[in-house]
Amino acid sequence: MEAVMQSRRKERVDRGIKVRTDGVYAVSSWREITYLVAPRLLLIGGLVFLPLMFSAVPYWQKVLSIICIYSLLAISFDFLAHFVGLVSLGGALYIGIGAYTAALLNTHLGLPPILTIPLATILGGGICTLLLWPCLPLRGVYFAIVSLMFPLLAARVIEALDIFGGTDGILGVAGLPNKWVEMYVLLGAVLIILFGLRRLVNEDVGLVFRGVKDNDQAVKASGINIITFKALGVFIASAMGCLGGAMLSHLYMWAGISQFALDFSIIPIAATVVGGGGTLAGPVLGCLLLVPISELLRDFGTLRIAVYAVILCAFIVFKSEGLMVYGSRKYQQFERWVQI
Amino acid sequence: MSAETMLSLKGVTKRFGGVQALTEVDMEVRRGDILGIIGPNGCGKTTLVNCITGFVRPDQGQVIFQGRDITGWPPHKIADLGLTRTFQVMRPYYSLAAYKNLIVPLFSPRARRTGGWRGGGRMGDRNTVAVDILEEIGFERDSYVPYKTASSLPTGYLKRLELARCLALRPDLIICDEVFSGLSMSEMASMLPLMEKLRAEGVTLIMVEHRLRELFSLANRVMVLNFGAKVCEGNSEEVMANEEVKRAYFGSEEVFEYV
Repeated sequence: MEAVMQSRRKERVDRGIKVRTDGVYAVSSWREITYLVAPRLLLIGGLVFLPLMFSAVPYWQKVLSIICIYSLLAISFDFLAHFVGLVSLGGALYIGIGAYTAALLNTHLGLPPILTIPLATILGGGICTLLLWPCLPLRGVYFAIVSLMFPLLAARVIEALDIFGGTDGILGVAGLPNKWVEMYVLLGAVLIILFGLRRLVNEDVGLVFRGVKDNDQAVKASGINIITFKALGVFIASAMGCLGGAMLSHLYMWAGISQFALDFSIIPIAATVVGGGGTLAGPVLGCLLLVPISELLRDFGTLRIAVYAVILCAFIVFKSEGLMVYGSRKYQQFERWVQI
Repeated sequence: MSAETMLSLKGVTKRFGGVQALTEVDMEVRRGDILGIIGPNGCGKTTLVNCITGFVRPDQGQVIFQGRDITGWPPHKIADLGLTRTFQVMRPYYSLAAYKNLIVPLFSPRARRTGGWRGGGRMGDRNTVAVDILEEIGFERDSYVPYKTASSLPTGYLKRLELARCLALRPDLIICDEVFSGLSMSEMASMLPLMEKLRAEGVTLIMVEHRLRELFSLANRVMVLNFGAKVCEGNSEEVMANEEVKRAYFGSEEVFEYV
């Protein structure tokens, strides 16, 4: 018997229920409705109940707030990178500007947090957009480098000129009424922004954003100014980051140089890699996983970074598509080996 | 010169470093014209298109569109005036469905101001209008083709999609950069009536082409470029009879005589 060369490949087929629920037939039975709603409810329900589950351990409730702030940054990174085509490493800039704006509005003008947070979101977004405006014609790695430089620059400028409290930062920022308000405001913001952006990227405006990412020359040839749209994208993304920053300064009752730290630029990217880029929900999952791991690893001291790096490398090598992409594929398709 | 001048070029010159891409090109296109631009590879046809549509800024010279000097304007402003182009290397939005590709031009300021193709930019339901445009241009409406992602479409459809993107803006002048290249004979045959129809609807066309047979059946005037300079201009018979054109295209017989 001659040895037959056996080659096979994996075939992926959409599940029937996935195909049925793509159209208007989605409401034809409870099974189909459940299929569509269950993953979304799981995320919403999970996020809403998490603070209650940890009500006995305030430390982990604080971690939950931090997770939300990182999630906002990670969603903003994912939106800019995968739907507008700008790889922004400026997460720390957004957090820092948001934190300082909220702190200044609170300590100098005496505005309460209920005003400083929305104001810092809008004003901060505006400031970040103005700062990044000259860099908007840049693409790819060039924009990434410039956006990475801004938070470093901001921290050094504050230090050197000794403005905004210099190295001490701005002390005496008003706290939030209680921990429940702080957690649920953040969780609500994450959920609203997540589902809002998912809607936005499939609207007509969102398609222009995706057009800029796919092929900016064709968008120009369609009579649309791509700089305007890139600026709008940066405004949306940086406003989200500034919201996180404003919350952070009220959370710690302080705004300081360490809010321009590179952690805020790097961890959201790591979370996007782990969670799956281009899904918007993936980065939130990534943060839910990475930030607690980072907290648990605190006991290891400096070894923390090493363990963290191993986890990241493992994800990049073995599951570079990310959890969300992997999960939704398993949910929507079945796979089988076919002989060829 | 009865018809109104749509586009005129005066002494357009472009250098890339030491390469003289265009030398003092003059050109005039009147409303309702189909002007063909031909020339050997690398003679500056696409650079000329880029200079007109603002993707490249000419070093010298003027580009005047409908009486307005648009030299050095950014591409989106030029497209906004109604001067659109297709790309030789197709530039669809690969991750979007074919009909969703047209939402972008239908969302542009021009389409929203003027209504674009059949008012699609203003009337609201851009999806329906997008499918209408695609049907007009040869995508079968009831098939799955308009709804497939652009990355899975064959060249023929992508070329049509390029043209559809221009049409969505309802332009006054379309510059087609090699829409026939890479198409099969039957695909080309089905594109020809489309171009005729566009002219009948009052769209002025500039066609950069290598497919001479198809071009000559459409164009009422042809301009020949060689080494970035205009060699001659006229109707198809005049152009083909020109000695310099023969030399540019087929090489010179005299050269062989002297050797």
